[in-house]
Amino acid sequence: MVTFWTLAPIMVLAALGVVLARKAVHSALLLAVVMISLAITYASQGAPFLFAVQIIVYTGAIMMLFLFVLMLVGVDASDSLVETIKGQRMMALVVGLTFGVLVVLVVGQGVVGVSVGLGEANANGNVYGLAALMFTKYVLAIEFTAALLITAAVGAMVLAHRERLVPRRSQREESARRLQEYAETGRHPGPLPTPGVYARHNAVDTPALLPDGSPSELSVSRVLRARGSVREGFEGDVGQTLRQLDPDDPTSTIGGSTPRRGGSGRTEES
Amino acid sequence: MTDHYITLSLLLFTIGAVGVLVRRNAIVVFMCVELMLNATNLAFVTFARAHGNLDGQIAAFLVMVVAAAEVVVGLAIIVSIFRTRRSASVDDASLLKY
Amino acid sequence: MTAPTDLLLATEQAPDALAPVAASGVFVLIAVMILVPLVSSALLVLGDGPRFDLADKRGHLLGTAASLASFVIGVVLFVTLLGRDAGDRSIEQNLFAWIHVGGFQVDMTFLYDPLSALFVLLITGVGTLIHVYSIGYMEHDPRRRRFFGFLNLFIAAMLTLVLAGDYLVLFLGWEGVGLASYLLIGFWQHKQSAAVAAKKAFVVNRVGDVGLALAIMLMFAQLGTTSFVGVAEGIEQVSSGTATALGLLLLLGACGKSAQVPLQSWLLDAMEGPTPVSALIHAATMVTAGVYLVVRSNFIYEGTEAARTAVVVVGLVTLIAGAWIGCAKDDIKKALAGSTMSQIGYMMLAAGLGPAGYAYAIFHLITHGFFKANMFLGAGSVMHGMDDEVDMRRYGGLARLMPLTFGTFAMGYLAIIGFPGFSGFFSKDRIIEAAFAENVFVGIAAALGAGVTAFYMTRLMIMTFLSSRRWKENAHPHESPAVMTAPLVVLAVASVLGGFLVLGGWISDWLTPVTGYETHELAVPAWVFSVGITVLVAIGVAVAWATYGRRDVPSTAPEKVSFVTRAGRRDLYGDAVNEAVLMRPGDQATRGLAVFDRIGVDGAVRAVTGGIGATSSLLRRAQTGFVRSYSLTIFGGALIVLVAVLAVNLA
Repeated sequence: MVTFWTLAPIMVLAALGVVLARKAVHSALLLAVVMISLAITYASQGAPFLFAVQIIVYTGAIMMLFLFVLMLVGVDASDSLVETIKGQRMMALVVGLTFGVLVVLVVGQGVVGVSVGLGEANANGNVYGLAALMFTKYVLAIEFTAALLITAAVGAMVLAHRERLVPRRSQREESARRLQEYAETGRHPGPLPTPGVYARHNAVDTPALLPDGSPSELSVSRVLRARGSVREGFEGDVGQTLRQLDPDDPTSTIGGSTPRRGGSGRTEES
Repeated sequence: MTDHYITLSLLLFTIGAVGVLVRRNAIVVFMCVELMLNATNLAFVTFARAHGNLDGQIAAFLVMVVAAAEVVVGLAIIVSIFRTRRSASVDDASLLKY
Repeated sequence: MTAPTDLLLATEQAPDALAPVAASGVFVLIAVMILVPLVSSALLVLGDGPRFDLADKRGHLLGTAASLASFVIGVVLFVTLLGRDAGDRSIEQNLFAWIHVGGFQVDMTFLYDPLSALFVLLITGVGTLIHVYSIGYMEHDPRRRRFFGFLNLFIAAMLTLVLAGDYLVLFLGWEGVGLASYLLIGFWQHKQSAAVAAKKAFVVNRVGDVGLALAIMLMFAQLGTTSFVGVAEGIEQVSSGTATALGLLLLLGACGKSAQVPLQSWLLDAMEGPTPVSALIHAATMVTAGVYLVVRSNFIYEGTEAARTAVVVVGLVTLIAGAWIGCAKDDIKKALAGSTMSQIGYMMLAAGLGPAGYAYAIFHLITHGFFKANMFLGAGSVMHGMDDEVDMRRYGGLARLMPLTFGTFAMGYLAIIGFPGFSGFFSKDRIIEAAFAENVFVGIAAALGAGVTAFYMTRLMIMTFLSSRRWKENAHPHESPAVMTAPLVVLAVASVLGGFLVLGGWISDWLTPVTGYETHELAVPAWVFSVGITVLVAIGVAVAWATYGRRDVPSTAPEKVSFVTRAGRRDLYGDAVNEAVLMRPGDQATRGLAVFDRIGVDGAVRAVTGGIGATSSLLRRAQTGFVRSYSLTIFGGALIVLVAVLAVNLA
């Protein structure tokens, strides 16, 4: 009873957080909270085996997979909470609320009379009882599940596998291609600037400063830029020093609040 | 008591469903689907206790296994879509229409 | 028709008329007779291209030889048939099973009996002469080979028609001659008028063919067979109404093929074809196929007074109409064509009289085949000499320049007007006599027709061969080559002597096994009729002489003429009637249907498709491609299910 009233608000709030969180990572973490709470609920309802499985499979494996893929995919415009389909959010809320109210009022009340309890079923231990069922009554279903798992594993491999269609380019060919591209489009043949060069900090979120003192956006990871977590504030760094040296120097405005895009004839390649 | 657990399960399910409808990031959508699955698991476990047998727990176990498989394949699909389209938005994959 | 049986002196029914014996001995050649011109035709028509130079140069000889071969076989068979007893003169040759479907059995059967035998001789005999004539007439035509191919096709089809032992086989030949006629009328297809005339002939013939086809279907429906033997046996069991319907439908077919009123309009236009074609197909043989059909179907007409009366009426009307048209035309071939109509009217009239007239219908058919072919070929010879001029008003005084043509034409002329001793005298007299015996008014009309015949034929003779010269300036009339005049001489001799077939009643005796025969009682002796008709003929000749012989004939047709002449010149308004009654309403109906099809049918279809298309393009908006929209729909569906469950529970 205490378990329920303790966990239920947490779970509902965490679930709402999953839906509402702006960042996918937060959603994932809140989902993990819901899952762990659920695991505890299972334990309190006489399902210790499921408690373990929930922790191991869901929280351990599945959630980690989610986080892993999140890292792979990174952040992009789909994280935005702005609705693009007209009326979708409105309708979703109306339908969701109606559904929730109706289902809670109607189904949630009185579908089950008196709770029997699992004392008898778990007489030999929960795992023993589950095993007895699994290997007798549900043996076929379990077999099918095994097939499903194998199929899923193969399917995931097939989906994630990328076939190499053209031979790998050698270093020589690659440099030739880069120069060719430079001749045609003017794209710089060299590597991207590394972050932190000439800056006060050498962290990955600090853009490199170009020789004229302007920050190069190209030096910062795309994901960081999308998240908007690129460190700025050269006002207090180079600019201030320059102003101290020569208050009339027009170049002292560089490194202001609007960092220029990379110099040296580079074009931004998104 | 049983009714409370069921109500909780239904609430979580509804929240998950709304999440599927409103979020655009494929991974978050997927997480909401997992939330819905977990909500049903809770209902299974609750019913198992209410009826005094373990069939509900078996069902919940099967749901977990299937969910695991589903997540593996689903995330693989998301990764491969992202690889070709540079986007994880479910709205961007909307070519199959009128 | 009042034909009191007590007036009949003797009635010879056809004893076992249609109990044919199987072909054996020389009679196996019956099929060969048809096959030879058919193969020759195929060779000549299909043998096209540079590798067939020989066919172009010598093809006409092959065609003539094929026709001659058929004629020789025909003569041999005829002589053999003569040597048989009257009862054994019906020979059947069953070649193969043509159509065997359930209860419907048609064999490719040929029936060679006295009636067919006469027709075979006429077709192949006159046909061969006209082949020979055509060698000269078509000499300068670049497509002469093809012409002979078509002529051979015609011979084969016509032989199929008269030798058929089954109505369906007859129909095969019937359509074959229609095809050949179409091809030959339109032989000079580069001429618009010829192409139109060919189409007209084809279309009008189809109307008649529908009648024949319906008759055959009715036979099958009522009797279960279409063979002559089967129909003759079964016809007694069917109701008189069915017999009348059969008779009228067959008459419709005969009208189409024989250019009888009301399907007469095509024959005059058919003169656009080469003259040998007019002589062979549209004078001597094909147009008489209707008469043959009626005579051959005598067992059907036996049981139906009404249909016989219809035949008589049609014959009589055509007789008068043809003569009328013949009087008014200035085109020599059209005048002859009117005459042909009129003479076939005589034959029809005789055929409608029943057993009393069948033999004379055939007799007149044969003599007419001789003298009309003779005159058509003579007309062709005149045209040949006059640069294809056909207007008689531009002829005149040709007798001296074309003595042979004139002489032979005169024989035909005397034969057709019924000059005593010539063939027409015998054949026409018998028909008029029989008509009088049947009904006085019919007889009087037929006799008057003879007088009119004399008038227009005399007019033709005077305008062409006598009177003053009215040629165009560059005309150089000359006698035709021997290859053309030789057939003329032969046919002239036949025109003179053809009448002797009737001596001693040979023709009626000969045909009795097929058609039966009745003699008829006349109120006055036969010679009174002969004298009376001869007097009428003499009057007709005299009137023509007074009108055209004693005065100059104007070289252009006078404009101010009586209504009678105008009507005659315009084919008695046959085309106008067809146009007003059939073509215009048909045109309107077609146009109306086209409009209805476009607006009504197409409109409805387009409206339905358009409506579906519009609805679809509205509905497809639901397919946004967004997964979340679809999910919303699913979730909404779940909500609806929930509400439904709730509603049921509350209820």
